[in-house]
Amino acid sequence: MKLELRGITKRFGSLVANDHIDLLVQPGEIRALLGENGAGKTTLMNVLYGLIQPDEGEILLDDKPVAIHSPRDAIRAKIGMVHQHFMLVPVFTVAENVTLGAEPVHRLATPEMHLGGLRVPPLGLPSIGLLDRREARRDVLELSERFGLRVDPDALVEDLPVGIQQRVEIIKALLRDASVLVLDEPSAVLTPGETEDLFRIMRELRAGGRSIIFISHKLKEVQAIADNVTVIRRGKVVGERPPSTSSIELASLMVGRSVQLRVSKEPARPGEVVLGVKDLSVHGERGEQSVRDVSFEVRAGEILGVAGVQGNGQTELAEALMGLRPSVGSVHLDGTDLSHASTRDRLRAGIGYVPEDRSEDGIVGEFSVADNLVLDVYDRPPYANGIALNLSAIRDSAATRVREYDVRTTSVDTPAGTLSGGNQQKVVVAREMGRDVKALLISQPTRGLDVGSIEFVHKRVVAQRDAGAAVLLVSSELDEIYALADRIAVMYEGQIVAFCPPTIPEQELGLLMAGSTGDGSGGSSPGSGPDGPGGGPETPAQEPSSHD
Amino acid sequence: MTTLTAPVRVPVSIGRRYLAAGTFIVLGLIDIFVFGIFAKRGDAVFALSLPGASPHLPAIHVPGALTSYVLGAISIGVGILRAVVDLPRWGKRLSIAVVLLCFLLSLLAWADAGNTVGPLQVIDLLQGTLTASIPLVLGALAGLLGERAGVINIAIEGQLLTGAFVAAAVASVTGGVWLGLIGGSLAGGLVGLILAIFAIMFLVDQIIVGVVLNVIALGLTNYLYDRVMSPYAATFNSGNTFNTIKIPVLSDIPIIGPIFFDANIFLYITYALILVIQIGLFRTRWGLRVRAVGEHPVAADTVGIRVLWTRYRNVILGGLVAGIGGAYLTVGSVGFFTSDISSGFGYIALAAMIFGRWTPLGSVAAALLFGFSFQLQTELSVLRVPVSSFILLMAPYVATIIAVAGLVGRVRPPAADGKPYVKA
Amino acid sequence: MTDQHEAEPSAEPAGATAATATADGTGPPAPAQPRGRLTGRAIIHAVTEGHSTVITILAVFVALVIGAILIVASDPVVLRAWASFGYAPAAALSATWGSVAAAYSALFEGAIFSPATISAAFHGGSIAAVFYPLSLTAFEATPLILTGLSVAVCFRAGMFNIGAAGQWIGGALVATWLGYAVNLPIVLHAVVCIIGAFIGGAVLGWIVGVVKARTGAHEVILTIMLNYIMYNLLSFLLSSHNLMQAPGQTNALAPGLASSAMLPHVGGPPPQTGVGFLIALAAAAATAWLLSRSTLGFQFRTVGASPSAARSAGISVERVWILAFLIAGGLAGLSAATIVQGQTAPLTTNSYGTYGFDGITVALLGRARPWGVVLAGLLFGALDAGGTVMEAATGVPSDVVNVIEGLIVLLVAAPPLIRLLFRLRRTGGTGPQAVASKGWSG
Repeated sequence: MKLELRGITKRFGSLVANDHIDLLVQPGEIRALLGENGAGKTTLMNVLYGLIQPDEGEILLDDKPVAIHSPRDAIRAKIGMVHQHFMLVPVFTVAENVTLGAEPVHRLATPEMHLGGLRVPPLGLPSIGLLDRREARRDVLELSERFGLRVDPDALVEDLPVGIQQRVEIIKALLRDASVLVLDEPSAVLTPGETEDLFRIMRELRAGGRSIIFISHKLKEVQAIADNVTVIRRGKVVGERPPSTSSIELASLMVGRSVQLRVSKEPARPGEVVLGVKDLSVHGERGEQSVRDVSFEVRAGEILGVAGVQGNGQTELAEALMGLRPSVGSVHLDGTDLSHASTRDRLRAGIGYVPEDRSEDGIVGEFSVADNLVLDVYDRPPYANGIALNLSAIRDSAATRVREYDVRTTSVDTPAGTLSGGNQQKVVVAREMGRDVKALLISQPTRGLDVGSIEFVHKRVVAQRDAGAAVLLVSSELDEIYALADRIAVMYEGQIVAFCPPTIPEQELGLLMAGSTGDGSGGSSPGSGPDGPGGGPETPAQEPSSHD
Repeated sequence: MTTLTAPVRVPVSIGRRYLAAGTFIVLGLIDIFVFGIFAKRGDAVFALSLPGASPHLPAIHVPGALTSYVLGAISIGVGILRAVVDLPRWGKRLSIAVVLLCFLLSLLAWADAGNTVGPLQVIDLLQGTLTASIPLVLGALAGLLGERAGVINIAIEGQLLTGAFVAAAVASVTGGVWLGLIGGSLAGGLVGLILAIFAIMFLVDQIIVGVVLNVIALGLTNYLYDRVMSPYAATFNSGNTFNTIKIPVLSDIPIIGPIFFDANIFLYITYALILVIQIGLFRTRWGLRVRAVGEHPVAADTVGIRVLWTRYRNVILGGLVAGIGGAYLTVGSVGFFTSDISSGFGYIALAAMIFGRWTPLGSVAAALLFGFSFQLQTELSVLRVPVSSFILLMAPYVATIIAVAGLVGRVRPPAADGKPYVKA
Repeated sequence: MTDQHEAEPSAEPAGATAATATADGTGPPAPAQPRGRLTGRAIIHAVTEGHSTVITILAVFVALVIGAILIVASDPVVLRAWASFGYAPAAALSATWGSVAAAYSALFEGAIFSPATISAAFHGGSIAAVFYPLSLTAFEATPLILTGLSVAVCFRAGMFNIGAAGQWIGGALVATWLGYAVNLPIVLHAVVCIIGAFIGGAVLGWIVGVVKARTGAHEVILTIMLNYIMYNLLSFLLSSHNLMQAPGQTNALAPGLASSAMLPHVGGPPPQTGVGFLIALAAAAATAWLLSRSTLGFQFRTVGASPSAARSAGISVERVWILAFLIAGGLAGLSAATIVQGQTAPLTTNSYGTYGFDGITVALLGRARPWGVVLAGLLFGALDAGGTVMEAATGVPSDVVNVIEGLIVLLVAAPPLIRLLFRLRRTGGTGPQAVASKGWSG
């Protein structure tokens, strides 16, 4: 089915998210939509899927215009979408999720009857909607076999690992006979190995005549799988290129200027050990261990980057280090034992914390910028005298910080929730780096930020390092790890499986992130998770000890 | 979350196990040392048939104190079992039921041991339990229909009240109790509609809307009662009621018959609704979609389910069901409407729904528990048992707190419960 | 019970939505309420950001109109006049107007002032009588302001206090007991009773806070259940002479308080306002200071706005819950003190009246801000005061006032409805807020 988007325009207030976008995708083509965060790719696909109505423009399928006003219309038009944030009901089974909205039901029918010589054919009575679970199971298994997407129809989605959940989403789209499949940033939650798997599936689907639109901001993947690349920047299509185009050219198109791929920084001059973690383990919500016997040390003046695919325990590790999650093991800061300390005490002891989820945990959207800047120090002088707040001190300090950290806001009293993501993060950074900290724990600091803000944050992190702080950076963005880390720790399935220098080739790092021990054996077979053990190393990696 | 290793035994579940076991043992000790030791000498008599019924079952005579000792021992035994053995889920539920039963039976044995007033009328007690639970069950079902779709309904109380009022008035004016029933149901549905509009369309906080609707319902019914209904009681409040309907054959089964199959239409409607809603929610396409809307409305939307329409529809349906419950309070029992006749049943129904983990069968069990405690209080005061009825009346509320506090397992509502759905 | 804590932030169910990859901005910079993510931010939002003064005034107006319709539609005189509309239309209209006017003017006269007493004062009548309606208003407003503050404090900390009634009873029991069972000199006795009332209510609030903090149970159910427990406890205590039933009484009521425990009042026929009202105002001032100028209040507000951000900032969310409910309970207890010590009628099984639920409506109308609560309390106090007079003068049951009050709150909580009715433009900003109740999952 040929898909064409003509002149799609969508405005949100004064922001033009999609600006007269034209896109033509042939049947059997894998088209990559490449662009930065905020470029408008997801908006465009939401228009295609009927979640958003465009202000202008039209959609044509096989040269005939179609009206797509809701996902129902899109499904009927054989368009399927796998969203970035999965649309799966956690407490339902795989089969229930896949068939939701198109559930097979028992059709009641009377049996054939003979009444005094007359043959009465079976009557089909209207269905009262009783679910036909067996049929649903069959449907799921059939599709799963056909495309090599192994899933257990009766498993509860909330028990499944992320890679498997994605398969469920794909099966869901295939059940509805999608001939155009949109994948929104699918590899964000996959290991390199699982991503390969996904590509295999995509090629399989393409062979069957389906078109796939693959949204990504990752150059290498796009180059690996796409037949054609459409680059979107600030709501406009800025170019269409074959996948053989050079990374530099693609990146420049994406960003609009020549890109400096690495922030320049001096080599680290590490000092004493400031943050020491030994045998830290965290038990998750249902008894599973999300962090297993993790040990490492961070010295003053160095950045330790914890790399790993999202979902391997990094979030839990960061939370445990801040006392937001119960854990066993020991945590020492500059000699003080913080293993059982409360979050408050850890903050007081001198750890700065930039949480992963800035809008939930980093700022209070309703509070003013000024209040947000004192969120963890409001009860200390000069911001408070005893139990009374010193409102003028809070505001004055806020004004200074806002200038210093270039937070774009009309005043210190504006609610922080109205600021852009980048400015919100600047508030968090201003707060945490604006006080005396011995160690800095930063988690996914540039997620969702524009390039300018990313640059700003990275510069500040390096500045803190140079001022003597011990920085622990947790990030699933390899570029960020390479840009900032002086040493890299790889996390897989709750353990640190390796410590590496920042010069490690990306291929190797990818293998480590996937759990392979790097000796060529194992590595995750398609789908780590309930299909089979991922083959991770049994003993956690030991930090190369450096005794002074 | 990646499930990594085999689940590690977490201290919490052990804690809960000991807590449960400890509770069982404590209850057993109460059976022995309170009900057993303080029982008057003599037998407790459990009358198993209504006087004059046929066939007439002989009453059960048991020595009061001894019964309590035995039951207490059983409870302690179950408690030890629970502490030592990791029971499967059905085993845990069964153990709770057994211990509870032992407790209640020894309470009753103590109450009636050597009692000069008379035997314990078991049939009365159970029959009364069932009928007392009707408005609670219907209210809980109403709450359920809404909450499973993601809308909190605190206005059950208001729906019961307006349902009762309209049912009484309509039945009185038209002379037809069936019309009263329908009228009451529609009144409840109307309140549901208002709740839906304010919560879904105007995005007002659902708990606030519910509370305020209750206030308005109380004020409105009181106003109309004082202004119109009382002065013209002959026209508007004549107090008609439904007759009881004995189901042939089934109502003659000893013990079970008179309890379950000899009541007015409301009980039978309740049975039907429990069945329909239980099957509907968990075995039909309709129910799957409703639950999807309540758990993850965005996901439901993306597969083409109409989220807002589902919510409206369910809240209104819930209102209709609650309206029937309200109608029961007048045309199904006493006939006359009086001020605040629902006296908080709506809130108890809410508690029953939560206690029952948002399932119809669970809510029924919880509602029966509440109903039983109300009935028990009456029965015990008939027997002139020297325990303040107020203390007894407190028991179900304390039990609910214990349940909600998670001491009988985590209570999880539908994930999107209470969150309005706004399309991005 | 760490298990329960993990049950609390249900914004992140393990599994599906853990796939939070780099967010592709789908719209403008995040507005105050990010629309794609409804993460259950406050009741505070509903209550504090929802509406402006204009909307409040319009809501009052609409509610009064609906009230008028109610009055007229149930007035037999008016109905008869309309029955013969055909040949006497003017009579029907004048009957309608007359009915409404009589009712509402009686309402006004009962609450604010009555021209009759003013002219009487000029002719040598008592001046105090002129202020009697206002005094009555203040008297009615006093317990409402205090329970309103109780509910408001919890709102600001992100919780629903439906248990003000039960907490009220707790305070009432302690104050009453201290009032008749203990002998103290005049001012000291009253003060001790007041403190006792605060403590009595605070204990009940504390129970809710602790259970919520330890187990994650939802406070709506906890408080509703505690209410019923307290209703029964009250009846229980007043049912036996060995407990709190007044000696020689067959009815369930407590002994009267010693006069040394009573709060003095301003002159005039009872009931009148007095020290109780001052206590209410003082409590409002204290609450205002607590919430906006104290470190504890900062914690309350942070937890109310975003418990997860509060945790990440080192604030103990559980401690805040406990303290907020403790203070809320105490305020409800104070409300009881002003009644129990403010009037001579003894404590009965119904004394708690509707103060608890009225506190909720007052807090909602006052947008959970202490001075807003005072104004809302005065408005409802005026309506209640006027209502009694209206019923006495015109026979219209005072319940219509409760309906009006409920309608005001409902309309005020739904600004889009008012805007619709009056075709108001949005005064800039963010339109209908995606208000989210946190639901039962906390």
